[in-house]
Amino acid sequence: MEILAAISVMAFGALILGAAIGYAAVRFKVDGDPITDKINAILPQTQCGQCGYPGCKPYAEAIARGDAEINLCPPGGEDAIRNLSELLGREYKPAGESVRTETQPGIALIDEAACIGCTLCIQACPVDAILGAAKQMHTVIIPFCTGCELCLPPCPVDCIEIKPAPESPENWAWPHPAENRPFAAPTLERF
Amino acid sequence: MSGQKIFSFPGGIKLAHRKEASSEKAIEPLPMPDRLILPLRHSAGSAPMPIVKTGEKVKKGQCLASAESWISASLHAPTSGTVRDIGDYPIAHPSGLAALCIVIEADGEDAWVERRPFLEDSARLGPEATQRYLQGMGVVGMGGAVLPSHVKLSKAPGISLETLIVNGAECEPFITCDDRLMRERSDEIASGIIFLVELLGAREAIIAIEDNKPEAAAAMRAALSARLETTANDIRVTIIPAVYPAGSLKQLIYMLTGKRAPAGVLPAQLGVQCFNTATIHAIWRALAHGEPVISRIITVTGNVNRPGNLEAPLGTPILDILRYAEVRPETDGCLVGGPMMGFLLPNYDAPIGKGANCLIARSPEFFPARAPESPCMRCTSCAQVCPQGLLPYEMYRWSRVKDFAKVINYNINECIECGCCSYVCASSIPLVQYFRFAKDEIRTAARKKEAADKARERFEFRQFRIEREKEERSLKLARAAQKSAAEQAEIAAAVERVGSSGATTREHGEKA
Repeated sequence: MEILAAISVMAFGALILGAAIGYAAVRFKVDGDPITDKINAILPQTQCGQCGYPGCKPYAEAIARGDAEINLCPPGGEDAIRNLSELLGREYKPAGESVRTETQPGIALIDEAACIGCTLCIQACPVDAILGAAKQMHTVIIPFCTGCELCLPPCPVDCIEIKPAPESPENWAWPHPAENRPFAAPTLERF
Repeated sequence: MSGQKIFSFPGGIKLAHRKEASSEKAIEPLPMPDRLILPLRHSAGSAPMPIVKTGEKVKKGQCLASAESWISASLHAPTSGTVRDIGDYPIAHPSGLAALCIVIEADGEDAWVERRPFLEDSARLGPEATQRYLQGMGVVGMGGAVLPSHVKLSKAPGISLETLIVNGAECEPFITCDDRLMRERSDEIASGIIFLVELLGAREAIIAIEDNKPEAAAAMRAALSARLETTANDIRVTIIPAVYPAGSLKQLIYMLTGKRAPAGVLPAQLGVQCFNTATIHAIWRALAHGEPVISRIITVTGNVNRPGNLEAPLGTPILDILRYAEVRPETDGCLVGGPMMGFLLPNYDAPIGKGANCLIARSPEFFPARAPESPCMRCTSCAQVCPQGLLPYEMYRWSRVKDFAKVINYNINECIECGCCSYVCASSIPLVQYFRFAKDEIRTAARKKEAADKARERFEFRQFRIEREKEERSLKLARAAQKSAAEQAEIAAAVERVGSSGATTREHGEKA
């Protein structure tokens, strides 16, 4: 008799806890894969496909599944690899040959006189940064261009080139004092 | 007039003033140079849009570029002449890079456009019209921050203005332009202060002047007492101790009111607003005389034979000013701004702007070579002098190894780059250089993140659009297929009908 009471108490407890867990699984369900989003946030979103995946999100998903290495992103450079290794607890891998060390991306520029208006680059641009219509001149919307270079191969007349973003007083940054001017401070002198 | 309580801010240093070379020299107009180079981006915020063309003749004071957004101010011709070019020229910036400028060749006539004072209109049309007028007159903060002044005339919602502070501290060594301005043009400054007090509805106004400028304080007191019957507000001159950086916004507000602005809180939210004396002078010139900001007082000192205070047209190449002051041959550089916060000019052809208050010709006599940088020994003398209460040695440690997450934790964005820490550093570390580097890296990273987020949004929307178009196309195809199938069926039915009726006719015919 006592045994039955004990079993029924345990069974009742299990039922309540099971119901609570079941409810929580529905109520607090996480949509999507949070780790994929975190990886995707580190990637530079150039959507260039140089990693071998069709965009940053697919590459992030592949990393999350464990299918891809973390050092395949050329535009992300060293910083992206370092951040990914920190996030995922994976060992830091030196960049592959294709990963560039300088972090300033270029910007696509269309030689508008040579453009024949074929719209092929418009179809290739992953971020809709090229404006134009059939048989009309095309142009790049500079603030939206990520410098992914995907518009270069489809162009039949090779009128697109990637140029470094122009340096202006607004985007200029102070250099590291020790790396650039070791042991000299030209502006703040004792007097 | 006295009895004002002075709160003393933490940190700060007593510096040698070095102002004697130029402080007794009266303001002198600089001869009009042949060519003026006016950078479009002459204030904080966005650059105004040019409204003149190359080759166009312009009059003195004519608007060259008009402000298009709220945090922006218009730009005017400092003299009459011809617009020679609108293009990239090196500007006075530590990078030495070029920026878009309007170049004017002076015709020597210096002929004004029609000037229309705004004082009566201001009383009639109210504060908002006055703000827009000052924006159109190109009035910006002339103490160095070059924030368009009309922005600061907006009232914070729900907060009445307690104190209007007039910043005549001029705490950096060498600089004397505000000192001279207060001594020589105290009448106009006083009128401007009274106007602003009424416009903003301020309860009191305090003109803060460091104790090393007694003549300026006396001149301002005399000018105010001649006018004080006209207003019921409490307007007074207060002498503050000459401790660097007393003229810095947050430090000055604390000294006079005891109020501390936490990170991200504007002075207006504390019921305080602060204007530089030169800015108030410019506001008054614009309102009472209809003159836009086309010149400023600039101190030229250091290794020159004729140090002084010059009223220089905006856009004057710095080399012209140095030559006018007879710069000595052994000069090895020129500082723009004071010795603490200024920068070494990379290109002498660069023009002066609205915020340039001082040029110092550098030579070993004035600026002996700094001892070589040695490792930080964490003596914490930098933390003792930091007026913002930061820990420069920790910020330096992490800036140097580029661990910016840690630097942010030490509140680097609260650093005002006053240079006290670099000045006292026993290891001669250029601390502020490291902080500027770290701040710029943090800003660049934030900008990159923002760009990446925008690119992701655009990419995802493009994917969604392509999907949608594909669906629409297949839907259309399916519908078309359905339609053609129905048509086929109809045709078949018709053929059937015709076929069967034809057959009957034939039958009838055969019968006939």
